[in-house]
Formats: sequence, C-alpha cells, structure tokens
Amino acid sequence: MFYREAGDFKTTYTEDSQTFPIKFDRYRYYAVLLFAFAVVPFIINDYWVNAVFLPFLIYAIAAIGLNILVGYCGQVSLGTGGFMAVGAYAVYKLMTTFPEVSIFLHVILAGGITAGVGVLFGLPSLRIKGFYLAVATLAAQFFLVWLFNRVPWFYNYSASGQISAPERTVFGVPVTGAETAPWAAYLFCLVFLTASAFIARNLTRGMAGRKWMAIRDMDIAAEIIGVNPLKAKLSAFAVSSFFVGISGALFFAIYLGAVEVGEAFGINKSFLVLFMVIIGGLGSIFGSFAGAAFLVLLPVLLKNTLVGGLGWPTDLAAHLEFIIVGAMIIIFLIAEPHGLAQLWRVAKEKLRLWPFPH
Amino acid sequence: MKDVNTEGYTTEDGRKIGGVVMEMKNITLRFGGVAAITDISFDIREGEIRAIIGPNGAGKSSMLNVISGFYVPQEGEVWYKGSRRPPMKPFEVARQGIARTFQNIALFEGMTVLDNVMTGRIRQMNAGLLSQAIWKGKAEKEETENRAAVERVIDFLEIQHIRKTPVGRLPYGLKKRVELARALAAEPSILLLDEPMAGMNVEEKEDMSRFILDVNDEFGTTIALIEHDMGVVMDLSDRVVVMDYGKKIGDGSPDEVRNNQAVIDAYLGVAHD
Repeated sequence: MFYREAGDFKTTYTEDSQTFPIKFDRYRYYAVLLFAFAVVPFIINDYWVNAVFLPFLIYAIAAIGLNILVGYCGQVSLGTGGFMAVGAYAVYKLMTTFPEVSIFLHVILAGGITAGVGVLFGLPSLRIKGFYLAVATLAAQFFLVWLFNRVPWFYNYSASGQISAPERTVFGVPVTGAETAPWAAYLFCLVFLTASAFIARNLTRGMAGRKWMAIRDMDIAAEIIGVNPLKAKLSAFAVSSFFVGISGALFFAIYLGAVEVGEAFGINKSFLVLFMVIIGGLGSIFGSFAGAAFLVLLPVLLKNTLVGGLGWPTDLAAHLEFIIVGAMIIIFLIAEPHGLAQLWRVAKEKLRLWPFPH
Repeated sequence: MKDVNTEGYTTEDGRKIGGVVMEMKNITLRFGGVAAITDISFDIREGEIRAIIGPNGAGKSSMLNVISGFYVPQEGEVWYKGSRRPPMKPFEVARQGIARTFQNIALFEGMTVLDNVMTGRIRQMNAGLLSQAIWKGKAEKEETENRAAVERVIDFLEIQHIRKTPVGRLPYGLKKRVELARALAAEPSILLLDEPMAGMNVEEKEDMSRFILDVNDEFGTTIALIEHDMGVVMDLSDRVVVMDYGKKIGDGSPDEVRNNQAVIDAYLGVAHD
C-alpha cells in the first residue's frame, strides 16, 4: 500500500539509474542504515555480537564478493576459503610487521593482496568454464591452505602454527585483541560491510557490471560487441577476491582473534559462502545479505528453540540442526531456485498492487 | 555503374554513396580440407546497403565472420578505412567500429533491454574501475551521456515500453529489434546484419525492413546484410554480392544480379546434359 512508484517521476537519467528508484525503498534503506549505526551499538551485548552480528556482517562481505564472481560474471569458484585465508594471513603479517599503521588500512591492503592472488588463480578461467573452472579453483583452495600450514614465515614461526591478532585500536578504541568491546567490533565490521555493498552496487549497475553480466550470459557475443574477455574475467576475480580478502581479514582479526588455517578456512568455508550466494540469489547484492543472514541465523535460531525452548540435549540438537538446515536448503532450492532475492522481488511486485490487485 | 574507389556513385533513389570503407581482397577461408570461402573480393562503400546472398552453405555467414574478426582467413587481406587490418581479436574489431547482429539472437538474456543496449556503448565508455566504484566523476558523467544516446536509439526503434524488461521474457521479433538496437548504439561505421528477418512473419519483416532503411537514411550507417528473402534483398540493397559454394558468382546492382545467368543457375539449378 505504501510501496508505490506512482507519482514518483524521474526527470533525469541519473535519477532513473539510482540504486533505490522508489522513494519508499530509499527511506527504508536510510532507516535501516541509521538503525544499524546509531541504535544497534547501544543495545547489543557480547552474545549477540559474537553469535549473530559479527558472523553475519563478515559473511555478507564474503557473499558479496563471491556473488560478483559467480552471480554476475558466471565464473564458479570453490576457492573462497583459500582467498579468505589469504586475507587473514595478509592482515596478520601487516599487523605484526607495521604495528604503527592503522588496522583500517591493513584490512584494505589485505583485500588488495587477495585481489592479486585472486587474479593469479583466475587465469585458468580464460581457458576453461563451468565445472572445470570450479575444479581449478578448488586447487587454489587446497594449495593456499597447504601453503599457510607449511611455510612458517606466514605464521611468524610461532610454535603452535596458529596466528593470533595483537591488540590494535581505531581512534583509541581497541577493535582487536581481548579488550575489544562488542560494539567496537560490530561497528568496525559494519563500516566495511556498508562500504563493500556500496562499491559492489555501483560497480554492478555501471559498465563494469554490464561487461561481467555479458560474459556470464553469452561470452562469445560479449566478445564480438567489444568486451575484452581477459579484462572482464580478471577484473571480476580481482574485485571478488578483494571483498573476500577483507572478509577473511575481519574473520580472523575481529571475530576469531586466533586462527588455525585448516579449521577456519577449509573447504567447508568455500561451500558455506557458495550456499549463501545460491540461497540468497545469484546476481543480487541484496541476495548476498539475505543468504548470509539465512545461514547464520538459522542455526542460532534452531539451537535456541531446541535447547533453550524445548530443553533437548545439546548434542542431539546439534545433529538435528544439520539435518534441518540441510533439508531446508533443499526444499528452498526446489521451491525458489532463484533465491531469497527473487522471493523478495516477487513480494515487492505483489505489494505494489496490494490491496487492489485489479 | 562507375567503379571509382574514391568517388562513389548515386543510387536510383538519389542517395549519394561515398568511397570504399571496407575492402575484402582475395579472401580464402578453409576449415581443414573444406574451403568455406575461395578467393573472394568485394568492397563496401560508405552509406550503402550491401547484401550478401546465396543458397544454403554458400559461405555467407563465414564471410560475415571474417569481416567481424571471428575467423581469420588463411589467404587474402581485409582493408578497412584505407589501411590493411592486421589479424586481431573480435573485440578489437568491434572497437574499430564494426557492429553486428546474429542469425540466432545473441542477447544477454539475464539483463534488461536497457542494459543490453547500454553494453553496445562499450566503445564510448572507458571510465576506470575506481571511478565506477564510487559512482562519481567520469563514470557518472559517462553513464548519463551515454544513456541519452541509448535512449535516442531506443526511441528510434520503438522499444521504449520494454526498456526495463529482462530480455529473456521478450518474444522473438522484439528480441531481434533489441539486438539491432544494441548494434546501433555502438554508432558503428559498418553494421553487419546476419539474417535480420529470419523466422519473421510478413508484418515483422516489413517492420524490420523499414527500420533498416530508416537507420541507413537517418544515421547514414553503412550496412552489410545477409538475407534469404529475395524480395527483401532486392528492395533494400544498393549492391548485391552473390555467393555459391564459397565462390563469388555475381556482384552488382539488384537488377544486374537478377539477370545474371550464373545466379539464376545457382538458385534454380541447371539441367545436366
């Protein structure tokens, strides 16, 4: 009923190509942003931050990154875990080598380094497509984890082989290490997520996004109308890996604090992020948020209902959780193969006419 | 008809045709032992509508693929705007100003009509990734300017109402028109149309013919087209190349071609005695 485009006239092309062309959408977006920045930090506690908000924010960044590669450019990747590890180890090396530089800069640099590595492992995409490319990126996943396990330089020759984040501050407030306040960690990740979503949205609605989608939809036609496939594919790998690297850096430095590479960034992570992208909706920035929220919140919700609400034993609940989440993914994909983003789109179409559908 | 490289000629309906834009010299294209094109030469002049016709398997599409850089001929030279074109990738050819449509529509199905046509402007848009990321400066300016140009094309081809529709949902005839729009948005020096009327009914063919003539008239675009419908070809084109079994068997105005004995034989068959 409130969701109307009628009366909302566009008089310039700039207005027409904005991210939220409908006024109601735009105001809702501002409201969410305001709430996330100005209200949430004051009301959250340690449990909420560690169980819900941090994983959601960080996985959302990773999902945005992977969505650019898989959803927009059509290049399937199973190397997300490996690229997250690159981000984590890059930020660790930067933090320990240049302690005086702001962690903010380190995270961005870690993204940049991951972008470089991503381009390197994206080179096979120029020759191979589809499943075969997925297998090639799987090589990246295993190779990178192996590398970080085997070369002591990456973990500063620590006896345990783990890396752990030293304390770093932003404006005098610690954001990594044991002293971190929940709201500081939350805000730090939120800033990165907001910036990532903003950049990703701008890239995908402009010429870069069109080139990627052209390659995805029909690569031969794209080349014949003037898209350089080499540049388009590698730029998708670079941008995607940049975001994935940032999320890996945050995952290690802010969320976990200490990391053993095989556990934190194994093949499971690659699949988890890929599921987020597929369930959320390929080729949609909103879908990345929705997918991350779905796969982060669902287990928490199930655990709270089964253990907290029904009083079941924890181990039974943990196993049931796997079964239920798995079943829901399957049911969901059968019911709506285009993901949560498509559901959202359909709901909006319906809302436009509601309550007078004729 | 005078054959002067620089002067050009005047068509029956009084349009001035300019000098040679593209010249194919002794093109031979082989796939293994099969010769798809054998020693063909012809030219395309500025502002004209040039048709390539021939029976099935004559090598017409291969010829178009040579022009658009998709195939590299084993022998022969392609001259474009007065200089010999070195072997280059298809996207480089496109950036030189040669746009094309495909026999089996090759649109980007997941994108909207607007995005499809905007992709055609790739030659005119080269803002850096960083500028695009923050949507400021060159990227924003380019986007708005090129959108205006694209809207003119959309307006011209009468597809305003489907601007924001994903291409996958459109019917065949409209898809063909969107593909023409995408090629036209590039403001090409030469527009290649591979069977623009394939699979259309009479009404759609009439529409498409009108659009092709209008494009040529309004923008002065040089057009090279392949078409099977003889009526359409004879009506639209200024000069016609006829191919059969990879060889050129006729070249000239529609009337000359129509009365060419070799052409008649190729199309109707000859009695073997």
